[in-house]
Amino acid sequence: MAQPSPIHAHALEDIRYIRDTMSRAGTGPFTAIPGWGGVLMGLTALAAAAFGGPPDSSVRWTGIWFGEAFVAVVIALAGMTIKSRRAGAALWTSSTGAPAFRFALGFVPPLIAGIVLTPVFAMLDATARLPGCWLLLYGTAAATGGAYSVRVVPLMGLSFMALGTAAFAAPAEWGHMFLAAGFGGLHIVFGFIIARNYGG
Amino acid sequence: MARTGAARKSEVRSLKSEVRSQKSPLELDRLIHERLRLGIVSALAVNERLSFNDLKDLLQTTDGNLSVHARKLEEADYILCDKGFEGRVPRTEYRLTAAGRRALEKYLAHMEAIIKATKG
Repeated sequence: MAQPSPIHAHALEDIRYIRDTMSRAGTGPFTAIPGWGGVLMGLTALAAAAFGGPPDSSVRWTGIWFGEAFVAVVIALAGMTIKSRRAGAALWTSSTGAPAFRFALGFVPPLIAGIVLTPVFAMLDATARLPGCWLLLYGTAAATGGAYSVRVVPLMGLSFMALGTAAFAAPAEWGHMFLAAGFGGLHIVFGFIIARNYGG
Repeated sequence: MARTGAARKSEVRSLKSEVRSQKSPLELDRLIHERLRLGIVSALAVNERLSFNDLKDLLQTTDGNLSVHARKLEEADYILCDKGFEGRVPRTEYRLTAAGRRALEKYLAHMEAIIKATKG
C-alpha cells in the first residue's frame, strides 16, 4: 500500500493545526455569518424602501422587494464565502460545514413559508400587510437558524419578530418604514456588531 | 482514453515535481511556517484582537517564547501590537494586519495545492 509522502503528511498536519487553533480561538460555533454583508444588505434594503414607497397591491411594489430579496441573498452568500475564505478556505467544508448546514436547516423553512404566504396575502388583497409577514418570518428564520450560533444572531431574529408584530398592529401605509427599520436598520446595526466582534 | 490517462499522469507528475522543487513548505513563508507563529496568525484571523495572555493560554506557551515569536511577526508587519493599561495593569493586545491575513491565505493555498498534487 502506498504511504503518503512526508510533504503531504506535513501539509495535512499544518492544515489540521490551523483548523484546531482557529476553532479554539474562535468566538462562536458559527461565525461565518457576514457582518459587513449584513450592513450592505441593510443599505440596499433602505434603497428599496425609499424606491418602493408605501405598500400597495401593484406588481411593481412586490417586484422591488423580491428584487431586493434576491440581491440580499447574493450579498449574503458572497459575504459568507469571503468570510470563510478569510478564516481559511480549507476549513470551510470540514469544520464549519456542519454548523452551516445546521444553520440552514433552521433558517430556510420560515423563509419558504414566507414565499408561500406572499401570493396568499396578495390574493386576499392584503399586500399592504406583507411587511409584517416578511419581518416576522425572517425574524423566525434568524432566531431558529441562529439558535446554536453566536448569541447576537437569535437576538437579531427576535428583534425582527418584534418589529414584524408591531408592523401588523400599525397602519398598513407605514409598512415600508417597518421594512426600512427591519431589513435596513436592524441589518446595519447587527451587521456592524457581528463585523466588529465576530471576525468581519 | 489511454492517451488521456497518460496525459493526466504526466500532468500530476509535473505538478508533484513543481511542488517538491519550488513550493516545499520550507520554501514557503518561513515566518508563518514556524508552528507557534502559525498559531498566532491563525488565532488572530478569527478574532479582531487578542491579548498577550489570551494568546499565551490558547497556544500553551511561555511568556518568553510568545514574545520572541510575536516580535518577529510584528517586524514583518504581519501583526500589530497595542500596549496600554487596564486600570493600572499593563495590557498588550495583538491584531492581524492585511499583510498577515494575505500571508496566511497564501500559506493555506500552498498547503492545499500540496495536498491536491500529492494525492493523485
